[in-house]
Amino acid sequence: MYEHDVVVVGAGGAGLRAAIAAQEEGADVAIVSKLHPVRSHTGAAEGGINAALRDADSWEDHAYDTMKGSDYLGDAPAVEALCKESPEEVIQLEHWGMPFSREEDGRVSQRPFGGLSFPRTTYAGAETGHQMLHTMYEQVVKRGITVYDEWHVMDLVVTDEDDPTDRSCHGVVAYDIQRGEVDGFRASGGVILATGGMGQVFDHTTNAVANTGDGVAMAYRAGVPMEDMEFIQFHPTTLPSTGVLISEGVRGEGGILYNEKGERFMFEHGYANNDGELASRDVVSRAELTEVNEGRGIEDEYVHLDMRHLGEERILDRLENILHLAEDFEGADGLTEPMPVKPGQHYAMGGIETNEHGETAIDGLYAAGECACVSVHGGNRLGGNALPELIVFGKRAGNHAAGKEMGEPEIPTGKTGDWESAEYEFEVDVGTVGDRGPAAADGGAVAADAEGLLEAEIERARERVEDLLARKGRNHAEIRSAVQETMTANVNVFREEEGLKQSLEDLREAREAYTEVAVSDPSRTFNTDLIHTMETRNILDIAEALAMGALARREFRGAHWRKERQERDDENWLKHTLISWNDGEPELWYKPAILEGEAKTYEPKVRSY
Amino acid sequence: MSTQIPKQTEKTEETAAETETEAPSKGDERRAEKRRRADERRRQREVEEAEKAAADENTVELRVFRYDPDIEGKQEPRFDTFHVPFTKGMTVLDALMYARDTYDSSLTFRHSCRQAVCGSDAMFVNGGQKLACKTQIDELEEPIRVEPLPHAEVTKDLVVDMEHFYDQMEAVEPYFQTNEYPDGELEEQRQSRENREKVKMSTRCIWCSACMSSCNIAAGDNEYLGPAAINKAYRFAMDEREGEDVKQKRLEIIEQEHGVWRCQTQFSCTEVCPKDIPLTEHIQELKREAVKNNLKFW
Ligand SMILES: Cc1cc2nc3c(=O)[nH]c(=O)nc-3n(C[C@H](O)[C@H](O)[C@H](O)COP(=O)(O)OP(=O)(O)OC[C@H]3O[C@@H](n4cnc5c(N)ncnc54)[C@H](O)[C@@H]3O)c2cc1C
Ligand code: SF4
Ligand code: FES
Repeated sequence: MYEHDVVVVGAGGAGLRAAIAAQEEGADVAIVSKLHPVRSHTGAAEGGINAALRDADSWEDHAYDTMKGSDYLGDAPAVEALCKESPEEVIQLEHWGMPFSREEDGRVSQRPFGGLSFPRTTYAGAETGHQMLHTMYEQVVKRGITVYDEWHVMDLVVTDEDDPTDRSCHGVVAYDIQRGEVDGFRASGGVILATGGMGQVFDHTTNAVANTGDGVAMAYRAGVPMEDMEFIQFHPTTLPSTGVLISEGVRGEGGILYNEKGERFMFEHGYANNDGELASRDVVSRAELTEVNEGRGIEDEYVHLDMRHLGEERILDRLENILHLAEDFEGADGLTEPMPVKPGQHYAMGGIETNEHGETAIDGLYAAGECACVSVHGGNRLGGNALPELIVFGKRAGNHAAGKEMGEPEIPTGKTGDWESAEYEFEVDVGTVGDRGPAAADGGAVAADAEGLLEAEIERARERVEDLLARKGRNHAEIRSAVQETMTANVNVFREEEGLKQSLEDLREAREAYTEVAVSDPSRTFNTDLIHTMETRNILDIAEALAMGALARREFRGAHWRKERQERDDENWLKHTLISWNDGEPELWYKPAILEGEAKTYEPKVRSY
Repeated sequence: MSTQIPKQTEKTEETAAETETEAPSKGDERRAEKRRRADERRRQREVEEAEKAAADENTVELRVFRYDPDIEGKQEPRFDTFHVPFTKGMTVLDALMYARDTYDSSLTFRHSCRQAVCGSDAMFVNGGQKLACKTQIDELEEPIRVEPLPHAEVTKDLVVDMEHFYDQMEAVEPYFQTNEYPDGELEEQRQSRENREKVKMSTRCIWCSACMSSCNIAAGDNEYLGPAAINKAYRFAMDEREGEDVKQKRLEIIEQEHGVWRCQTQFSCTEVCPKDIPLTEHIQELKREAVKNNLKFW
């Protein structure tokens, strides 16, 4: 068993920032990550980091834009913290040497981004995330922070009082991928989850293969509510064979979308008569999918994004990296042919419920980054607002876990503040399928002290691994693709009652199939079959919560569209969806969105640009 | 085990004997049974695949290096053949994932981003260091031979031990150091566009280790810093924000016995780098800087 004050799970932007902050506060901190830090998906972010750095800009404007973008489902205390602290955090990155793009006068460059009233997106070429990730990892190396890389965290070590808000977290159990051993990490100060996105719930995503939502699923099973899971951002232009993102820049420069008949459908089929290709992400995504569904897609799958008319010179000058992406990942030459594109899952607005200090409802358990829902993005994330979230809330969680006094939070967690029960009938069974054996166990054991608790959980995790290796049964890959298929078919940019119910039924079947899952590679060395099998369990839990939230929310807000009610319903739905695992019997409940900021209240307005 | 070992090695009887002397526990028996089943499935799969491939012209043939120190029958390196249906735009990584998810879930390789930013999947494809996710199948001659990176210890199948590479990267004090920060609150350190342009390519490294694997010098001198680490040192040494005294220290690091002077400008690193970093040029420039610097003290 390993022991540290603070244990950070995940080494992307959020995890690295949290670890540095905890260390600066004097804690002995360690990072446990299934990937080496520089392999984290933060490295894929291209666009930039929003920060009100200039005199003509203000954090208030940034907060206003963010609230509007969130379709008034962001929580003002979190949004304001993000916008106030992002500038100093960006400057901190600069002081750590991050190679930002520069202006003539030597200051960092900023560019305009969708939904922003000021060009405040601070960037480093088309590789902002890569530079940010590497800069922070450099600081981790400099400080000598311990990193346990290629360790897959399996579960949290949490006490099991009836009421989750009475529980406490004492560490994690993890599997050493290289050596094939289970061990425990005890954390006397706190565990910070920073496990990133959950794109693998869908079969087509810009997210990495490792983005399986592990942290969210672990926290959920331990009793922390999942918040606003139904809010998923889809990006309209991703390459069909890999999901690699083709940036808005192409459409910004004049790129045109065509269907199979060569029609410029955004106009010709009336999806966006004013903005055409430049309409917002969700509008374009729905238009593309409608074309495909109505038989006007190419190979029944995608549409074409054409930039040839821009001319070679302009393309090479402004969109050169797009040419490389299309060629390397799709085998398409953007200079001589249109590029195939289709919508893909891109970002999860929801996740582990936290307050503005990163604390969850369970004492000693924190979350930050894409896995958390604090909530700054509400119903829809603005481009360039995820990276600042990593550094602002990563730092806050690190500081708090290391014992820094940060005052009373304004955002309640768990069923502590003003909440209401949903009383929603799902008609389909959800939650555990009765198999509480080691392969699908949940909750935490009772034990006299933290150490005993850890020992018991390590033992249980070992049994689970042994069992998965010893059993005969089904390959996880078929179960995972069944989940991804139904999610993509029924819980994508189009959501309607029947399809959502269908997805819950399919997920039920997948859960049942998972009780028979087995790992066929018996090896103790780098057993990725085993890791992927454990991840698939997490994907299942998350997919179900996502579909439940989507079914319950009968309105169109942000990225969530419902056929039955295609408009925002502020009267009934200015509230967050929460789902508690309840030891296997998921329960849906709500809490109000907090629109009262420090100095003003954000009154809901129509979200139009 | 290293990929430098000739493909058909002598039998590793020692290891086999060792495992057999232990009294077999229930778990061992189960595992042995599993192995037998796995072998059987593999044979059956190969027959099925061959039939399928014969029926379908549009498949690609992969010959993939297999090795697992833990598994009887895989302790001796071998090549497995997989036939994967070809789709437009398919990369070597896509083909490997298909083979794993369809035929053999024990096929092991690192991968994550699928878009050439995480640096996990550098491999030896048809005799060259490549990122599997960035290599289009239709640009390769068949059968496609996929092996782990040469000059590194093989952990299993296509996975190599990266520790040595990380050690070298971390040996060059790979973090920004400066003694001067601007006074004002929220003031950045100014950097000219030219200077940012100068370090730009060097900051693109994704730690894939392809360059190190391609380098003859690194293969012969285990302590040689290697192209990626020297490039990392370049990234800081050339950054005008660091200041002269720090640069002095940096030059000392890269001038050490196993530093820049080992490089014999063979350009192999530059050729394989998936991020097009002009590694050899950077190393040459550091050599010149070092010479200039030494003259200063004459
Ligand atoms: C293509 C793309 C472009 C984007 N562009 C932008 C942009 O321009 N601007 C912007 O603001 N946002 C952008 N985003 C969003 C943003 O990049 C992500 O939301 C953010 O980087 C997530 O960071 P993270 O630290 O939360 O997670 P990640 O960087 O994904 O890191 C997750 C970490 O958790 C670890 N982990 C996961 N599970 C386990 C486990 N079970 N055990 C141990 N470790 C585990 C992983 O190893 C990894 O280290 C983009 C996203 C994508 C996909
Ligand atoms: S320099 Fe190029 S080849 Fe070497 S590790 Fe970095 S990206 Fe890979
Ligand atoms: S999978 Fe990330 S670089 Fe290839």
